[in-house]
Amino acid sequence: MSQKQEENPAEETGEEKQDTQEKEGILPERAEEAKLKAKYPSLGQKPGGSDFLMKRLQKGVWGIISYCLEPQRVLGMRPTEQKYFDSGDYNMAKAKMKNKQLPSAGPDKNLVTGDHIPTPQDLPQRKSSLVTSKLAG
Amino acid sequence: MFLKFSLRSVFYGAGGGNDIQWCFSQVKGAVDDDVAEADIISTVEFNHSGELLATGDKGGRVVIFQQEQENKIQSHSRGEYNVYSTFQSHEPEFDYLKSLEIEEKINKIRWLPQKNAAQFLLSTNDKTIKLWKISERDKRPEGYNLKEEDGRYRDPTTVTTLRVPVFRPMDLMVEASPRRIFANAHTYHINSISINSDYETYLSADDLRINLWHLEITDRSFNIVDIKPANMEELTEVITAAEFHPNSCNTFVYSSSKGTIRLCDMRASALCDRHSKLFEEPEDPSNRSFFSEIISSISDVKFSHSGRYMMTRDYLSVKIWDLNMENRPVETYQVHEYLRSKLCSLYENDCIFDKFECCWNGSDSVVMTGSYNNFFRMFDRNTKRDITLEASRENNKPRTVLKPRKVCASGKRKKDEISVDSLDFNKKILHTAWHPKENIIAVATTNNLYIFQDKVN
Repeated sequence: MSQKQEENPAEETGEEKQDTQEKEGILPERAEEAKLKAKYPSLGQKPGGSDFLMKRLQKGVWGIISYCLEPQRVLGMRPTEQKYFDSGDYNMAKAKMKNKQLPSAGPDKNLVTGDHIPTPQDLPQRKSSLVTSKLAG
Repeated sequence: MFLKFSLRSVFYGAGGGNDIQWCFSQVKGAVDDDVAEADIISTVEFNHSGELLATGDKGGRVVIFQQEQENKIQSHSRGEYNVYSTFQSHEPEFDYLKSLEIEEKINKIRWLPQKNAAQFLLSTNDKTIKLWKISERDKRPEGYNLKEEDGRYRDPTTVTTLRVPVFRPMDLMVEASPRRIFANAHTYHINSISINSDYETYLSADDLRINLWHLEITDRSFNIVDIKPANMEELTEVITAAEFHPNSCNTFVYSSSKGTIRLCDMRASALCDRHSKLFEEPEDPSNRSFFSEIISSISDVKFSHSGRYMMTRDYLSVKIWDLNMENRPVETYQVHEYLRSKLCSLYENDCIFDKFECCWNGSDSVVMTGSYNNFFRMFDRNTKRDITLEASRENNKPRTVLKPRKVCASGKRKKDEISVDSLDFNKKILHTAWHPKENIIAVATTNNLYIFQDKVN
């Protein structure tokens, strides 16, 4: 909004300027929208379009196919999850995560999978006896 | 002659949300700040009598609490909730066909009304619904002829006399066993399950489809709503929640990511793609922004107990709809309007996609929903007053009345107010539940369950 004012200082009369400011006051959403567009200029007009898709899609072999299977992500309704090449890949990633002992949050979005073919030694041991919920403690 | 009545009943009889003084009762869960992902609570639900309270978590576990029967004569508060049963409901799976992990997170739990000594509940993750039977065992058979007490078999040739085994009392054991597994009916992630008032059928809803099941039949389910477009490029909205009407077994509603609610009548046709009613509040096009659609997405829909109204929760507000009026809600309550000027950062940290639930009290006079910073809000529909409370271990003495909280949107912050910028967006209350008959509420923070009660004198 301020950028607009700098570009056209001569054209904007005092009244118009007050209108813009009022509009910003009435519509904080619009101000927020402008902020977002300033940070991500390539962002499409509204969610649901392919531009929006690009932001939400995880890079991965199955990226394009997965968007058909995850409608909430197509519409930008859900943050993306990690994709795996196959079950060996999945188990390797689980083993890696276990060793890293990540605190809270979700799976590591930068986790690289498929970097080598898994062998039985690499895979995690059979799941140990299940931990009881701390709510029951 | 004067009619004597208690002054207290004038104020508390209406059951208003703000005439109630909420007190801390219990908190369950670990104290430490380092939250293991499995411990994140994902659903909370009272059963029909309120005696049992179930929670589900991201680790696929269900914990059920039971209210202890209080001594009514000398009680100063209602009975406490103690652990009754806990079991692993769902396990993580890997979908080999799609190379995707299926999370074990319990999305929803719904109780069946009690028909016999056992309790039944439905629990679901993204793909599979399970019917669990929770039963009590307080007797065991003893005195077998061919088995020792420890279970070892006796040599039949050593048996010289016969006796009749008898049942003897034992310590109460609560067992949970899966009675039905309803699988392979959903391509997309299940977001809702709802038991029909006929108590024989239930629906399950994913992003694009809703299926109708019979509780006894696991190998078949009927598709009753399908909004998948022929070409996925044309996809513009998804189903976000669905619920059966509490009294009319032919009626259900489903909400969408575009902020609409459709009411369907199963008598009209087998496939309810054409709605009977469409509830939508008209939007002023000049107010439209990039965020409009995202924040209008309905994260929860709940019928009132009476069945006359339904409540929807979108990102910033709670709306009450009269089923007889489709063109706008009859009541709108702002949950945290101060977040409207923070939408950019809430989009960047994904908080704008948080799915808050909402609930009614037993008499449909007060509604409740969660917010950030471990705040939760209640709106009294009669007095039109609202209150913000906090679920925090700092107010942990039983029977201490919770102090109302206030968020300062802008400008000068008063004492005891919290500014919007100090709010902790990682502390979200997405799941709350209200006892069906009493003023007891269960509020789930990330990994703790708080139980609050109204002050009993």
